[in-house]
Amino acid sequence: MKVVVDMNKCQDHGQCVFAAPDVFSLDDAGHLAYVSDPDDALRDEVEEAADVCPLQAIRIEA
Amino acid sequence: MNARIVVAGASMAGLRAAEQLRAAGWSGAITLVGDEPHLPYNRPPLSKEVLAGKAPFESLAFRPRASVSDVEWRLGRTVVAAGLDERTVRLDDGTELSYDGLVVATGMRPRRLNCPGPKAGRHTVRTLDDAQGLREALTRPGARVVVVGAGFIGCEVAATAVGLGVAEVTVVDPLPLPMAGPLGELLGRALLKRHEERGVRFALGAGVAGFTGGDRVTGVVLSDGSVLPADVVVESVGSVANTEWLEGNGLDLTDGVLTDACLRAGGRPDVVAVGDVARFPNARYDGVPRRVEHWCIPTDTAKHAAKTLVADAAPGPFAPLPSFWSDQHDFRLQSFGAPVLGRQDVRVLDGDPEGDVLVGYHHDDRLVGVVALGGQAVAASAARYRAELLKQPALTMTV
Repeated sequence: MKVVVDMNKCQDHGQCVFAAPDVFSLDDAGHLAYVSDPDDALRDEVEEAADVCPLQAIRIEA
Repeated sequence: MNARIVVAGASMAGLRAAEQLRAAGWSGAITLVGDEPHLPYNRPPLSKEVLAGKAPFESLAFRPRASVSDVEWRLGRTVVAAGLDERTVRLDDGTELSYDGLVVATGMRPRRLNCPGPKAGRHTVRTLDDAQGLREALTRPGARVVVVGAGFIGCEVAATAVGLGVAEVTVVDPLPLPMAGPLGELLGRALLKRHEERGVRFALGAGVAGFTGGDRVTGVVLSDGSVLPADVVVESVGSVANTEWLEGNGLDLTDGVLTDACLRAGGRPDVVAVGDVARFPNARYDGVPRRVEHWCIPTDTAKHAAKTLVADAAPGPFAPLPSFWSDQHDFRLQSFGAPVLGRQDVRVLDGDPEGDVLVGYHHDDRLVGVVALGGQAVAASAARYRAELLKQPALTMTV
């Protein structure tokens, strides 16, 4: 699975971190970091993360 | 045979409901009916980025999941009546749609002030068209703006207007502090100070008695008789549920659509309500049904309601942890839990109300909500308390 976050939109709300902690995290400065090619087994939680992103900045490609 | 679920309302809650119906296994037809001409879009930027001219529609539009590429959209159409016994809804063009399942997702509309005076020049911010119209008015040179209602939307609009360079922005509210209803006095005071420091004026403890002007608004008359000059008035005084179309079916529509814990309306197995129009009991709290106008609620309710409708069985307890945020000027408010249930016992958990602060709300000495005001440090601190709130057993309240 390929995950793309539009970093121009992202405002570091961190909701994706709650939904999919294996894929998304906030660094010490509070900025988003993420795994761009997570395992397919994580699809449910990544979809949840995309749903709850207040900026709708997360895209799942294939 | 051609089984169909009709989703009344084509905003975020309607879209999420359609997606979750598919996720729950519904392979029949889905028809979404929405009164706006637009496909579902994200509303929070309307009072901020859209007003500021930083967000074109394409950036607001939701990207529907592939699973709903075959749903039927009836946009620019309003559902005007329903016969729940007959399983039909009627649209404003006279079309009648029969259904096997109905999702009520018609949401809210802004409450309007019922005062004497002209109507032109008075705005609300609920739809994209509202926001674009207001932006046009705010960017006219020399505009004087009065925002009625010092809640989240009103304060966001005031902040955006100041950011656009509007020199005169005044917020009017009968309460003595902004956002004090949901957040209490401590943060209300801190927020008042921050807004004033950034150029927003306030007329607090004042109601609106009417508007001056002939064809257009020229001023707002306050309850003490004084007049605030205004070319642009923004009414942000709460909202009204869009439920008139459901009348005559024996549902409790006193404030939204009353549902059970499965989000069923009127005990009917084939009718559920989602989004901010649903008045549902939250097993996390006291079981009292409440409507919740938070951004996460459409998604939370859609998941639960889709399971109810498709599986025709109780999907388990419904206990979403409320959460909301608000961006104003250069600061953010982030809330987890239910601060409103703990306004009587408010404690600073981290930081200082003069700067970044994390505030805890308690009921019977137990933490029921946290609100962070400021930057990433308190936001991270709030996230830790969120985990604590999630772990708590249900709250039994005696209010």
